[in-house]
Amino acid sequence: MNPVNYLYLAALLFTIGAAGVLIRRNAIVVFMCVELMLNACNLAFVAFSRMHGNLDGQIIAFFTMVVAAAEVVVGLAIIVSLFRSRHSASVDDASLMKL
Amino acid sequence: MSADLATATLAAYSTSSGEAVQFWVLGTVAVIGALCTVLMKKAVHSALCLAGTMIVLAVFYLANGAYFLGIVQIVVYTGAIMMLFLFVVMLVGVTAADSLKETIKGQRWWAAVCGLGFGVLLVAGIGQAALTEFNGLGAANAAHGGNVEGIAALIFTKYVFAFEITGALLITAAVGAMVLTHRERTEKARTQRELAEQRVREGTHVPPLPAPGVYARHNAVDIAGLLPDGTPAELTVMQTLRKRGQIRDVSAEALADLKALEQSSEERLGRDRDEEEATR
Amino acid sequence: MDNLIALLVAAPLLGAAVLLCGGRRLDKTGHWLGTLLAGLSFVIGAVLFADMVGKGAEDRALHQRLFSWVPVEGFQADIAFQLDQLSMTFVLLITGVGTLIHVYSIGYMEHDERRRRFFGYLNLFLAAMLLLVLADNYLLLYFGWEGVGLASYLLIGFWQHKPSAATAAKKAFLVNRVGDMGLSIAIMLMFTTFGTFAFGPVLSSTGESSEGMMTAIGLMLLLAACGKSAQVPLQSWLGDAMEGPTPVSALIHAATMVTAGVYLIVRSADIFNAAPDAQLAVTVVGAVTLLFGAIVGCAKDDIKKALAGSTMSQIGYMILAAGLGPIGYAFAIMHLVTHGFFKAGLFLGAGSVMHGMNDEVDMRKYGGLRKYMPVTFVTFGLGYLAIIGFPGLSGFFSKDKIIEAAFAKGGTEGWILGGVALLGAAITAYYMTRVMLLTFFGEKRWQPAPDPDKAPGVEPGIEVHPGEMPHPHESPRSMTIPMILLAVGSVGAGAFFGIGDRFVKWLEPVTKFEHGHPPIGAAAITSATVAVMVIGVTVAYLQYGRRPVPVVAPRGSLLTRAARRDLLQDDFNHIVLVRGGEHLTRSLVYVDHTLVDGVVNGTAASVGGLSGRLRKLQNGYARSYAVSMFGGTAVLIAATLLMRAV
Repeated sequence: MNPVNYLYLAALLFTIGAAGVLIRRNAIVVFMCVELMLNACNLAFVAFSRMHGNLDGQIIAFFTMVVAAAEVVVGLAIIVSLFRSRHSASVDDASLMKL
Repeated sequence: MSADLATATLAAYSTSSGEAVQFWVLGTVAVIGALCTVLMKKAVHSALCLAGTMIVLAVFYLANGAYFLGIVQIVVYTGAIMMLFLFVVMLVGVTAADSLKETIKGQRWWAAVCGLGFGVLLVAGIGQAALTEFNGLGAANAAHGGNVEGIAALIFTKYVFAFEITGALLITAAVGAMVLTHRERTEKARTQRELAEQRVREGTHVPPLPAPGVYARHNAVDIAGLLPDGTPAELTVMQTLRKRGQIRDVSAEALADLKALEQSSEERLGRDRDEEEATR
Repeated sequence: MDNLIALLVAAPLLGAAVLLCGGRRLDKTGHWLGTLLAGLSFVIGAVLFADMVGKGAEDRALHQRLFSWVPVEGFQADIAFQLDQLSMTFVLLITGVGTLIHVYSIGYMEHDERRRRFFGYLNLFLAAMLLLVLADNYLLLYFGWEGVGLASYLLIGFWQHKPSAATAAKKAFLVNRVGDMGLSIAIMLMFTTFGTFAFGPVLSSTGESSEGMMTAIGLMLLLAACGKSAQVPLQSWLGDAMEGPTPVSALIHAATMVTAGVYLIVRSADIFNAAPDAQLAVTVVGAVTLLFGAIVGCAKDDIKKALAGSTMSQIGYMILAAGLGPIGYAFAIMHLVTHGFFKAGLFLGAGSVMHGMNDEVDMRKYGGLRKYMPVTFVTFGLGYLAIIGFPGLSGFFSKDKIIEAAFAKGGTEGWILGGVALLGAAITAYYMTRVMLLTFFGEKRWQPAPDPDKAPGVEPGIEVHPGEMPHPHESPRSMTIPMILLAVGSVGAGAFFGIGDRFVKWLEPVTKFEHGHPPIGAAAITSATVAVMVIGVTVAYLQYGRRPVPVVAPRGSLLTRAARRDLLQDDFNHIVLVRGGEHLTRSLVYVDHTLVDGVVNGTAASVGGLSGRLRKLQNGYARSYAVSMFGGTAVLIAATLLMRAV
């Protein structure tokens, strides 16, 4: 098997995650889809790391995880406060920025 | 030396057939998990599917020689972040199922076009890229005596600034989350005594509010008590449920039951009467 | 002595300020204050005159500079006065006649509850008129010019509760604006040509500029004179201006303000001397107006309107004389002064008659008043004799000189102008005799007083009982004395000025008199003048003296009917100016609505429509924006791949 297949898998997962972001209305699910995209990227980084034979790709993936953790914390806090004020977790309900 | 050989095998242009089998089986699982994440109606199911996909990815990291990341993926991502997701899902309401019907005109169509185009382009890009060399991680992992040591060496030398900054980022995120979710109480909470005194002063509802439910069958908190004429008194249900519109009305049930009872007894009496007449 | 000049203007100005701002507490005494200040102004004028007479002819001009009015670099205007012989003549006429009319108004306006205001306006008029004739530059003259226009407007519309008076005031103001525009354009032209508008520098350097420019300035000045002096084509306002109280008609619309045009032309003599075409235009305007006014005067039954036509005609004489150049300037001013006397006297007499006849103005309802109003009859009669040019009275001397000067113009022009002037003299005699006969002779044709509700033209303040027959009576002394004094002026002024060319010599330093040489002898012209006068009187006598006069005017010939309608002047203005203006504005509005608005609104609508479509992109849904981002990323990747492929 050619290890490039990992990259194809990463691309597929990323696209699925992106489509989820576009399709789903529940903010939590949207957020999960974003995580899926991040993970797909991580997979690609790890595969690249193996390809090039150095660990820098893994370091990037590691930092991505850290940043994702921080992002999840803040994002979920936002969702919670949004839900508190609107009693809804739908991203379409927060559509006040329009004419 | 045999370990070196093993890593050298890992670095080969093609992989072992064991890894190939693992890739195709787990890759399918990962894709199915991802699709389920997107398509499941309930957020809980989505979260569980995503957790499955992440575990599969952790296995792939291990297979790719990223031992540290593989473990971190399981512990931090699947273990911590996904649990945080589940917490929030529980907080928001685990039972609420989303409608997958699209409300924005043309959104699904555009999403399909963009997604397909994007996927095709990515695949084309990867296919076009000159990915002929495949060095493997053997030498890199061995340089500092292992994968974890190698990563540690990089983090604390080359990437030490970025590492410190991510520390600051995490602290900021923690503070931010607290700020976002914390609500300051602007006035002192009133004691029960003060509340009682206020009730007496205002003269409305001097006694405590009536308890929900009056029949033993239905003393659940979401069921209104009945007034003497049989109509439900909404006052007996707590305010939160009232506002959410989650009062269950069982008075009709009870009346229907009663009616059914009457009807059945009527039928029985009628049958008895018929029988009597027949015997006569 | 120089410092007294400003006082001439200041006295009536103070009176106007005090009377108009003083409020009701001056109601009892205000008219005395106004009259006193007018008299004071006259006394100052007389003192200055005495001083002037005592000097040599060339040293007589006085000059007083008060302060710099508009001190802008290259544009200097001073509040400065110039008192030369020409201005002196006007000062005496304005303050003299003005004071008499103030006195007359005390009696005439006795019952009007707004008498104080009336006197305030009169004083304001005096101040503005004095400013006009005393100014030493055209800008200050323009200030006075507008000031008299304002005072005229206020006084014509003094009884503004009458719609006709309010309309007449507006009409006078609007028509005057046309002339004022001409004056302002003339001043602008002067400024661009000479860089100044002071009389001295402008008038002494007329030769340095082109004749075309002088003609332009002259024509603009003529337009201004036409507006203010009610000359054709801007004559239409004067007849309606008779809606004002009669003293106003006498002072402003007969003796002084309407002659400001003549003053302007004579004052700008150097400009006209350098522009023969403009001079010709002036004479044509004068000749046309003198016939126009005379014909209108023949047809009017309203005594004041008949006199207004006469005024127009007499000013036509003056303008004609002023257009003749140095041979006519002095006679124009001389006729102006004598006319000031006799026309003011005639108007005051008319006012006295109306006063006694319940404010009836229709001469056909007068008749036989000479027995009831002897003083009025005599003074009016003397004014009448003066205006028709009865030998020995003032009009004879001044008008005869103008006719002579017109003949002296020479060539065909001279014959035509002289003939017109002679014809005018005949018509003057005709219509004035008509007025005289209808008013004071014949049998009584008095009618009961009209119901004031049905006839809103009745002057207020005088008690009129509907249906009551008038009781003609002589007016109070405050009214008769000014009439007597003016009658004395009408009789004597001409002989005083004319015999020995006294007036001509007096004005000579200003107007540079030249002796005209008529193609026929002066004696022949004088006899012709007297002859046509006699013819006019005779015709009028045959028509109105011998036969009974119907109370209701007969239909009359086409000319008569046209003349009753002021020779269709208003119809002409309405059709040509009003209708034309309406059509012009309508077409402009149409263009504005379709073309301009179409382009503007079309642009706005297309931009708005486009924005409305673009706005749909901004729907507020984060997911829509995400699609855009995602699509953008895809496009970027495609571009990258494409670049690599290339």
